[in-house]
Amino acid sequence: MNIQSCVEVRNEWDIVKARQSGRNIAKELGFGTVDQARITTAISELARNIYLYAGSGEVAIERVENGGKLGLKIEASDSGPGIKDIRKVMEDGFTTSGGLGAGLPGVKRLMDEFTIDSKENEGTIITSIKWLR
Amino acid sequence: MDDRDLQYQKYKSILENYLQEQSEQTLYKGQQFSRKMIEQKISPEEAVSLHVSVLEELFPDIPQRLKNSYDFLLEMMIGYGFAYREHQSLRSRQQQLESEIEIAANMQQTLLAGDKPDVKGLDIGAISKPAQKMSGDYYHFVQDENNCMSVAIADVIGKGIPAALCMSMIKYTMDSAPEQRMQPGAVLENLNRVVEQNVDPNMFITMFYGLYDPRVHSFYYAGAGHEPGFFYDAEKDEFEELYTKGLVLGVSKKTSYQEYQRVLYGNDMVIMLSDGVTECRSSSGFIERDEIVAMIRKYIHLSAQEIVDEVYRELERLQEFELRDDFTLVILRREV
Repeated sequence: MNIQSCVEVRNEWDIVKARQSGRNIAKELGFGTVDQARITTAISELARNIYLYAGSGEVAIERVENGGKLGLKIEASDSGPGIKDIRKVMEDGFTTSGGLGAGLPGVKRLMDEFTIDSKENEGTIITSIKWLR
Repeated sequence: MDDRDLQYQKYKSILENYLQEQSEQTLYKGQQFSRKMIEQKISPEEAVSLHVSVLEELFPDIPQRLKNSYDFLLEMMIGYGFAYREHQSLRSRQQQLESEIEIAANMQQTLLAGDKPDVKGLDIGAISKPAQKMSGDYYHFVQDENNCMSVAIADVIGKGIPAALCMSMIKYTMDSAPEQRMQPGAVLENLNRVVEQNVDPNMFITMFYGLYDPRVHSFYYAGAGHEPGFFYDAEKDEFEELYTKGLVLGVSKKTSYQEYQRVLYGNDMVIMLSDGVTECRSSSGFIERDEIVAMIRKYIHLSAQEIVDEVYRELERLQEFELRDDFTLVILRREV
């Protein structure tokens, strides 16, 4: 099986699609049920951010390898309004969607690696990896 | 066996025990175990997963439908895990902030440390206690080569860090204009200008400034909207209000401050305070200025420092050890 997928996000159904393909790949790679659920939640949050703030974008999920370590990489990208103050959105307690504990810092904690790149009026790319232990 | 296995085995044995006999003792063990898990930062979803995997071992033929329901529960718990981790991270940030404030408060203490000078013929008592970690009250003594001693007592309207920052500015301004020290009115005029130019318009500072000249036993003073102090006339055995006329610092650009003078005879006292003293609130309402006077009178046989300490202790007790405002009390007494 080709372990990668890319889901375009335009509506809430697409969020479910992204979750599903993330969960399938996580299972395939051998992640336990708790990590599967974490990865899925991370994908869900990222896809939801695209849907809410950028309107549309895509979520790519693929298998990565580094020095014998196996992992799952999520890349969420959009060409939306971008994030003005990245430090602010990475602060706990700052979330415009009002969800408790959600938001980007929450995603960062669910995963092992997290990078964010954003330019105002150009868009945002978030890359995040969970390694298999 | 690694930590995870150990945890698994321990949980399994406690759960098995409980399934056999539903004793309070086992529940207590469970409570202790959960505390340990929290210490080890095990998140809620991991706890549920632990329970589910133990169940699956103990009951190999759980119906598939029930198994599926556990997956659903796990998914639900991820959200709680999210919130739990945020809570932990906010908590560590709070600890970090608190230690920063602690350091700032110590710095302020060093900065404002009002060493009481040793003035011949004058007994001095001073106490200043912040309501929170940092104080918006300020008192400061300076003694010059002629043995004259100036005393300033100020209160920033507001509390905590903003008030404390403002206070530091006052201190630097006072330090940078030593030539004016002899003229209380001019000192306040200068400060008023600095405050008006540099401080947020919503922040006000009240101040009382005085200068004692031991050569002529005179106290010269001026006030900027500050809580009036008291003058104790020993011969008449009477307290009177130390009234001053002058606007709060920082309100208007051009303000002048009237200067007053009192001669101190043996045992006469000048009492200066911040509104944290008179706005003390006990269960029966605000404490009246008369009551403060009565307290001072009660301890009048003691030294100036003992008086301020005792008055503070009494007011602290009256307020059930909860200061609502920064508290500063200074007493000068001419020795006989």
